[in-house]
Amino acid sequence: MRRITVIALNTFRENLRDKILYNLLFFALLLMGGSVLLADLTIMEHRRIVTDMGLATMNLVGVIIAAFVGIGLVGKEIERRTVYTILARPITRTQFIIGKYLGLVLTLLVNVTVMLAVFIVTLWMYRTPFHAALFQAVGLIFIELLLVTAIALFFSTFSTTTLSAIMTLGFYVIGHLTTDLKGLGENSQNAAVQSVVTWLYYLCPNLDVLNVKGQASANGIVDMSYVAVASMYGLLYAALLLTAACAVFRHRDF
Amino acid sequence: MNAIVIDRLTKVYRSSWFGRAPMPALDGLSLSVQQGEIYGFLGPNGSGKTTTLKILMGLMQATSGGAEILGKPLGDVQVLHRIGFLPESPYFYEYLTAEEFLTFYGHLAGLERAVLGWKITQLLDLVGLAEARTRQLRKFSKGMLQRIGLAQALIHDPDLIVLDEPMSGLDPVGRKQVRDLILSLRDQGKTVFFSTHIIPDVEMICDRVAIVVKGKLLAEGRVDELVNPGHAQSVEVVCEGIKAGEVAAIAAVATRVLQRGEHSLVVLPGPEQVEPVLSAIRTQGGKLVSVAPQKGSLEELFMKQTGATPTGAGWPATVGGSSE
Repeated sequence: MRRITVIALNTFRENLRDKILYNLLFFALLLMGGSVLLADLTIMEHRRIVTDMGLATMNLVGVIIAAFVGIGLVGKEIERRTVYTILARPITRTQFIIGKYLGLVLTLLVNVTVMLAVFIVTLWMYRTPFHAALFQAVGLIFIELLLVTAIALFFSTFSTTTLSAIMTLGFYVIGHLTTDLKGLGENSQNAAVQSVVTWLYYLCPNLDVLNVKGQASANGIVDMSYVAVASMYGLLYAALLLTAACAVFRHRDF
Repeated sequence: MNAIVIDRLTKVYRSSWFGRAPMPALDGLSLSVQQGEIYGFLGPNGSGKTTTLKILMGLMQATSGGAEILGKPLGDVQVLHRIGFLPESPYFYEYLTAEEFLTFYGHLAGLERAVLGWKITQLLDLVGLAEARTRQLRKFSKGMLQRIGLAQALIHDPDLIVLDEPMSGLDPVGRKQVRDLILSLRDQGKTVFFSTHIIPDVEMICDRVAIVVKGKLLAEGRVDELVNPGHAQSVEVVCEGIKAGEVAAIAAVATRVLQRGEHSLVVLPGPEQVEPVLSAIRTQGGKLVSVAPQKGSLEELFMKQTGATPTGAGWPATVGGSSE
């Protein structure tokens, strides 16, 4: 466990010293601040615009960090050959993968916390009461980020950085369209399309399950049992991908 | 007792999806490194040195064959507690300072913070980087990176140190420092196994060497055993006052004649040819400068084993007895 912690903390430190992360965070804070201006310029319900934009920004920036930093977690280590000296230490490859994953999870946690704090301040400035539904939405956004990180990490254990990025974003997009995919399959007359779509439906995670942003901005509290099941679904999927990533990485030559 | 035993190690890189044929990197390589010795693993680029080291360090799996390190089979993670490794042209986390970098590797090796404090100071002094303790690695030169890499390999006081081209990228002073460091490690009873293609380094410090070409072991043993001690293999005669074109008689018996102005360097295959050449020099009115019997060198052996041809540095070479 100690070696996992050492790898995780080093990954966290690496992320903290990366200027791109600060740029993204600045971009997020700018968007959240901008939502106040946008709300003033529209005739729609101001509170809803601020809430929608805040949650969407948190989600977008979080996914960008999870996907792109996640791909580099292992990919960069292999490309720059820093992995050589680490794996020549008494550390298993599984410990290395889990440590890298936890390091990025810690980074995401800090980022989401900062963005949430700014979001709350924004809502407070607008005298908008924040309620449990917002925290439910942010919680499930975080679960989605854990899942996207695991997808990116999985692909980066056996693929190039570019290909990993394409596949991760592909998984993410399809993950939000699985319900439509199912409908497409059911309505298609072509057996091959039906087969491919069915495979994709079962293979890709259903990320829409983790999306309760709409309910949150409408102040609708989601049933806690739903949140619990959705969270379990996301965590289980991430755990499966991590296990697969470890299995692939264990057999990889450097 | 052996620190490393490599037994018929074979590695074939698999064919790619695009139809590239499988590429053999190691072909039944066997060798052994004794504890407490400095062992040089010599070979030209692409001979399989790095592949061998990667397999030993668990970074790559062998296609067949096996190896034991410090009495443990390949893949035993615990034995890595006793091994320090420096890869070729190492890349490290450039956002870390030298101190943070060594702390990270120390923690990975299971060292406590209290021990690390003085250990880091000692190692930075040893590799001449005490001044750069708080500098980020991104500001390090290639030579400094090589030295901090050596420090990370030694942070946990290993019994066996495996180094891949440790002198590459270093200036003459840096190379001497690394050579001295390797010798001091041997004096402490540690085993050093290092790959290189810089022959003088091997000749100077290695107890034993192996020459590997195209994944096969071509020679292994003590340097002096390998190059036939005490037997002059060739004789170099240096003379002056003989012009090019006047040395037909000399060229007839020489393996090589190198001419620069009126100075001639004549390489003879053995001592038997010395007398005829000296008479030829006298006949031509030349002046003898020196006669030096040459013992075999590791470089000659290496060139012979790898099928390469040596050339005289700084001299226009004429090989095969003719002159310019």
